[in-house]
Amino acid sequence: MYQYDQYDQRIVDERVTQFRDQTRRYLAGELSDAEFLPLRLQNGLYVQRLAPMLRIAVPYGLLSSTQLRKLAHIARHYDKGYAHVSTRQNIQLNWPQLEEVPDILAELASVQMHAIQTSGNCIRNTTTDQFAGVAADELQDPRPWCEIIRQWSTLHPEFAFLPRKFKIAVCASKQDRAAIHAHDIGIELLTNGAGDYGFKVLVGGGLGRTPVIGSVVCEWVDSQHLLTYLEAILRVYNQHGRRDNKYKARIKILVKAMGVEAFREAVEREWVTLKDGPSTLTDEEIARAKSFFTTPPYASLDGAETAKALRERCAADPIFGNWVARNTTAHRAPGYRAVTISLKATGVAPGDVTDRQLELLADLADQFSFAELRTTHQQNMVLADVEETALYTLWQQLQGAGLATPNIGYITDVICCPGGDYCSLANAKSIPVAEAIQARFEDLDYLYDLGPIELNISGCMNACGHHHIGHIGILGVDKKGAEFYQISLGGSQSKEAAIGKILGPSFGQEDVPDVVEKILDSYVNLREEEETFLQTFNRVGIEPFKERVYAKTH
Amino acid sequence: MPRLIKQGQITSDTWLPPAADAPAAPDSHLPNLSQWLSLADKTGSAVQLEPGDGIAELLPALDTIHLIAVSFPLFTDGRGFSYARELREHGYRGELRAVGAFLPDQMHYLRRCGFDAFQFSDESRLEEGLRQLDIFSEHYQGAIDEPRPLFRRRN
Repeated sequence: MYQYDQYDQRIVDERVTQFRDQTRRYLAGELSDAEFLPLRLQNGLYVQRLAPMLRIAVPYGLLSSTQLRKLAHIARHYDKGYAHVSTRQNIQLNWPQLEEVPDILAELASVQMHAIQTSGNCIRNTTTDQFAGVAADELQDPRPWCEIIRQWSTLHPEFAFLPRKFKIAVCASKQDRAAIHAHDIGIELLTNGAGDYGFKVLVGGGLGRTPVIGSVVCEWVDSQHLLTYLEAILRVYNQHGRRDNKYKARIKILVKAMGVEAFREAVEREWVTLKDGPSTLTDEEIARAKSFFTTPPYASLDGAETAKALRERCAADPIFGNWVARNTTAHRAPGYRAVTISLKATGVAPGDVTDRQLELLADLADQFSFAELRTTHQQNMVLADVEETALYTLWQQLQGAGLATPNIGYITDVICCPGGDYCSLANAKSIPVAEAIQARFEDLDYLYDLGPIELNISGCMNACGHHHIGHIGILGVDKKGAEFYQISLGGSQSKEAAIGKILGPSFGQEDVPDVVEKILDSYVNLREEEETFLQTFNRVGIEPFKERVYAKTH
Repeated sequence: MPRLIKQGQITSDTWLPPAADAPAAPDSHLPNLSQWLSLADKTGSAVQLEPGDGIAELLPALDTIHLIAVSFPLFTDGRGFSYARELREHGYRGELRAVGAFLPDQMHYLRRCGFDAFQFSDESRLEEGLRQLDIFSEHYQGAIDEPRPLFRRRN
């Protein structure tokens, strides 16, 4: 993974000093609430319902075991002993003290971490595939490009006060695991067949109040021009994005208003002055970035043999076998698998992880996966490089810590924002809804029979739970002071991205599990052979589901 | 006389903010864009841009303008950062002055984008502004102060 040198360290250290000073001036009354607001947000600090919330950056979801141990320490010492994985692969603390945040940032800086630009109207953490570097369908590792973008966007002097937040995602594989169609900028790495790599650039995707699938603004940008092209897009947005209404301030609204053709022309005009300038990437810099993401020293294994041994072990212990089937993924290296650690045990808020669990995961990463771990935008964690022969030992340890729920990709693997329990923006609670659904579908045979289903819950329009692109999306809404839930179906975050369609009038919290069950009953009745929920929905449309859910009971 | 930061020092000059609703700018008031456009002779002229003005209309006269003030009525409106950078990238070499409600905490970014003079609406912020001018000693990306990104300078 990327390692700081003295330059990176100095930048992060100076940021801590700056924020310590800003906090002091705020507490001394030298900065008003309104002035401190964007300054603290650009350091990840929200003031929430019960306490401040601190969002810590996990660049493209990659963590070392040293960083995990530091996070465990911070969660224990400065918070209530747990942390939360967000849908942007970041880590959130729900109970820090404002006065202690500079100390937390200093602790983070000591392990090459920070909270820079995890909130605010600036360029946020760049996200990518949690299986980067090990996925079989990958053209190239996307992480060097993410790191190049991270450095370019970090403390960028021109783009720190944009009309609204700005999110970039990178995909470098056949299957899109980074939801690039739902980002302000989505970048897809391509090859032209002649050995050159370049990027297709999408712009104006996004969720929130007005969900939009991104449009292609450029079919091919040569890799050395990536940063100048991004800079040109941001410059058009910074000057022309709406600032009069925060709900119309995202770049998707600008692209729609201008039309993608006119937007493209505006970007090209800006690009003329930037292209081939000093920000053009050099071969040395691309090689330097790639040098941090090399193949780990895999053992030379006989894949056929380890697979056979694993099959036998799975047959002998079906509970283990089930976990292997649900929570592990094929790997590029013979004899290895990638393991997804479920943070979706019933009764625990989706994405929450305790200090003890973080420490165990650090040990397991050291022992089994080259001392690295990843966070996922589905709010789980991944040990990416585990030998098949070690899976059983790993599984036993995970099970002992409540981290082996075999539900990855199934309906109980709920993606969920912190909601009204924590977040001052939320209209409604989301965690209790997630827990009620998890409890309803606890029967594993039923769960697996339903097949892969992505269920996403957001407590408000801001859509942190990405409800628009869930196969089943649940949105908390406020109706005259009471909490209701609107349900949408058929969203998708794949390359065939789709925004879910709203089923109809919203429901009270206690009705949500019943409604979800009715939707799934309809699916089971309607499905043909091996059809998934999404395939059935795409074939039959929303009407049959609507009829079933809103049918009068006799 | 209004006080401001110039060349890393607190100083003062005689320019006053634009007076709107006049066809031509009164003496010692900075012309706004439309007043400036109506000047017959732009040699040695000054002008103040507001958010939304853009820089396109200044481009033909960049060699002759003496002072461009960029207004920040709200510190959260970041359009002026792009205006400054674009003006410098198009070769403007005169004084580039940030004026208005920006924060001392934004001084460093403003300077990186090409501003060399800073005039707070609240003059009590001048000292704090000076202190914050060089709050970072290293940067990843190129800007006007140092066009080479860190990756061209690392060793």
